[in-house]
Amino acid sequence: MNEHITLPEGSIEKHTTTLNVGPTHPATHGVFQNIMELDGERVVSTEQTVGYIHRAFEKLAERRNLYQITPITDRLNYCSSPINNMGWHLTCEKLLGVSTPKRVDYLRVIIMELARISDHLICNSIVGVDTGAYTGFLYVMQYRELIYEIYEEVCGSRLTTNIGRIGGFERNFTNTAFKKLEKFLKEYPKVLKEFENLFTRNRIFMDRTIGTGAISAERALNYGFTGPNLRAAGVDYDVRVHSPYSSYEDFKFNIPVGKTGDNYDRFLVRNQEMWQSLSIIEQAYKKVQDFKGAEAEIFHANVPEYYLPKKEDVYTKMEALIWHFKIIMGEIDMPKGEVYHAVEGGNGELGFYLISDGGRTPFRLHFRRPSFIYYQAYPELIKGGMLSDAIVTMSSLNLIAGELDA
Amino acid sequence: MGLTNEQIKQQLTEKFGEAVFNFEESYGMLTFEAAKENNLKVLQFLNDEPNMGFIFLTDLCGVNYPDDKGRELAVVYHLHNLKENIRIRFKVFMPIEHPDVFTASKLFSAADWMERETFDFYGINFIGHHNLKRILNVDEMDYFPLRKEFPLEDQTRIDKDDSMFGRG
Repeated sequence: MNEHITLPEGSIEKHTTTLNVGPTHPATHGVFQNIMELDGERVVSTEQTVGYIHRAFEKLAERRNLYQITPITDRLNYCSSPINNMGWHLTCEKLLGVSTPKRVDYLRVIIMELARISDHLICNSIVGVDTGAYTGFLYVMQYRELIYEIYEEVCGSRLTTNIGRIGGFERNFTNTAFKKLEKFLKEYPKVLKEFENLFTRNRIFMDRTIGTGAISAERALNYGFTGPNLRAAGVDYDVRVHSPYSSYEDFKFNIPVGKTGDNYDRFLVRNQEMWQSLSIIEQAYKKVQDFKGAEAEIFHANVPEYYLPKKEDVYTKMEALIWHFKIIMGEIDMPKGEVYHAVEGGNGELGFYLISDGGRTPFRLHFRRPSFIYYQAYPELIKGGMLSDAIVTMSSLNLIAGELDA
Repeated sequence: MGLTNEQIKQQLTEKFGEAVFNFEESYGMLTFEAAKENNLKVLQFLNDEPNMGFIFLTDLCGVNYPDDKGRELAVVYHLHNLKENIRIRFKVFMPIEHPDVFTASKLFSAADWMERETFDFYGINFIGHHNLKRILNVDEMDYFPLRKEFPLEDQTRIDKDDSMFGRG
C-alpha cells in the first residue's frame, strides 16, 4: 500500500483514518461521541464516550420523597416518559403494598401503549431519515402530536409528563381525552399503514438495512439486550408477558420477533409492535367503557398517605389538610425493604431497584437503563461495516442520551 | 419445569455449603449473599449449571452502607432465568478499605459498563476488568460521588453568590 508515496523522515505510517463523530453531530441524535478508526469507509474500531448529560439522578433521588422522584424519571427516556412515570409508581406501589383498581390499571395501559407508539414512531422514522427518506418522519410527527394532545388533556404537559400519582391518576380522564383517543384510534391505523408502505418493501431502504448492524440471539442475551432489539434477534422476551404489571394479563396480544437482529428486523419488530399496541389500546378502551356508575369514576386507589388530596378538600376538610401537610413536608416513613420492579419501556426493560431503610427518602435508587446496557454492543455491531451503516445502526438501536447518562 | 426459590436455595447450599448465606425472600425475589472472594464462582455456577440457567444479567449496581463496619460497600447482581422466568438477587459485601471484587465482564458482556459505572460512583475495584475507568463522570474527578460520605449540597446554605443566575 502507498508504495508510490515517499513519506517524510520520521513520520508514522498509518493506514487508517481517525474520525471523531459527535458528541454533537447531526447524525447521532443525542450526545454520543465515537472516535472511529476507519479504513477507507469501513469501520475498524470505535471508542465510545458517554456521560455528557449525566445529571446524578441516583444521588438526587436519595434526598427526595417518592412523589418528587417522578419528574426525574421523566428525563430518562424522554420519548416515552409516561412509561417511566408509571414504572416508578408501580415500583412504589410494590414497596408500599398498594393495589390499584382495575380501571386505573386499564387507563395506565392506555397511556403506556400510547407512549410506546410515540417512542417507536420516532425511532423508526429516524431510521428512515438516516437512510435518506425524510418524508416519513415529517408525516408521522403530525400523528405523534395527537398522542401528545392526549397527554396534555390527562396531565397538562406533553414531553416530560409527570403523569399519574402513586395509586392512580391525579384526575379522571375527561370526555375530551376520550374523544381525542377515539380520534387517534380512528386515524392512526391508516397512517401506520402508509408509513409501512413507504418503507417495508422499499428497495433502497431494504438494501441499506438488511444485514447491517446484526447481532445473534446469544450475543444479544450476553450483552443484556432487552425490548425490541432483543426480540429482533429472535428472543421472545417481553416484560409485559413474563412478569405482567398493571393488568397486562387481561389483554390479548402477540410478541413480534425477528430472526437476524439486523436493522431491518428491528424496524419490522417496532412496526409490528405498534399494531399490537393499537390493539391493546382498543381492548383497554373497551374495558374502560364497560365500567358503569360509581365504578366509572374511580381513578385512584385509596392511599391517603401517598396520594395528594384534592385542593378543594385541602381548603375545606381537616383530614385532607393533614394528609396534604404530611405528604408535602415529607413526614411519612416508608416501609423497610428492597424491591426491583421492571416495566417494558420503549427500548427495553426499564428497571427500578429501590432500597428503603424505613426513612422518608429512598436509601438507594438504581435505574436499570436499557440503552446504557445495550449501547456497549455498538462497536461489535458496526465493526467491519460502512460508516454510513454505523449511523443507521445507532438510530435503529433507539438510543436515548437522557436515559443512557441518567 | 417450574424452578422455585426453594430449589435454587437447595442447589446453592449443596454446592457451596456455608459459603452462601443470608437467604431471604423480599417481595418474592430470592436474595442471598456470598463472600466477595466467591462472587465469580457463584455467578459461574448460576450461569453454567443446566438446571440453574441464569444466563441473563439484568442489573449490577453498588450500595454504600456507611454504618455497617467491615461491610460498607456492596455489589448487587440481579440475574434472570428467562426460560423459567425467575429472578434472583445476589450480593457481595466488602470493607471500604479494600473494595476489591472479581469482574463478571468475562461471563456477561453486559457487566462491562455496569462495573465501570459502579467503579465510577463507589470506587469498587473490579479485578480483571479490561478497561476500568470512569464512565459517566469526568476523568479528573477524585472522589466517588454516590458514597454516603458525599452529601448533596445543603439547600439552606446562604453563602452562595447566585447573582449570575438571576437570583439573590
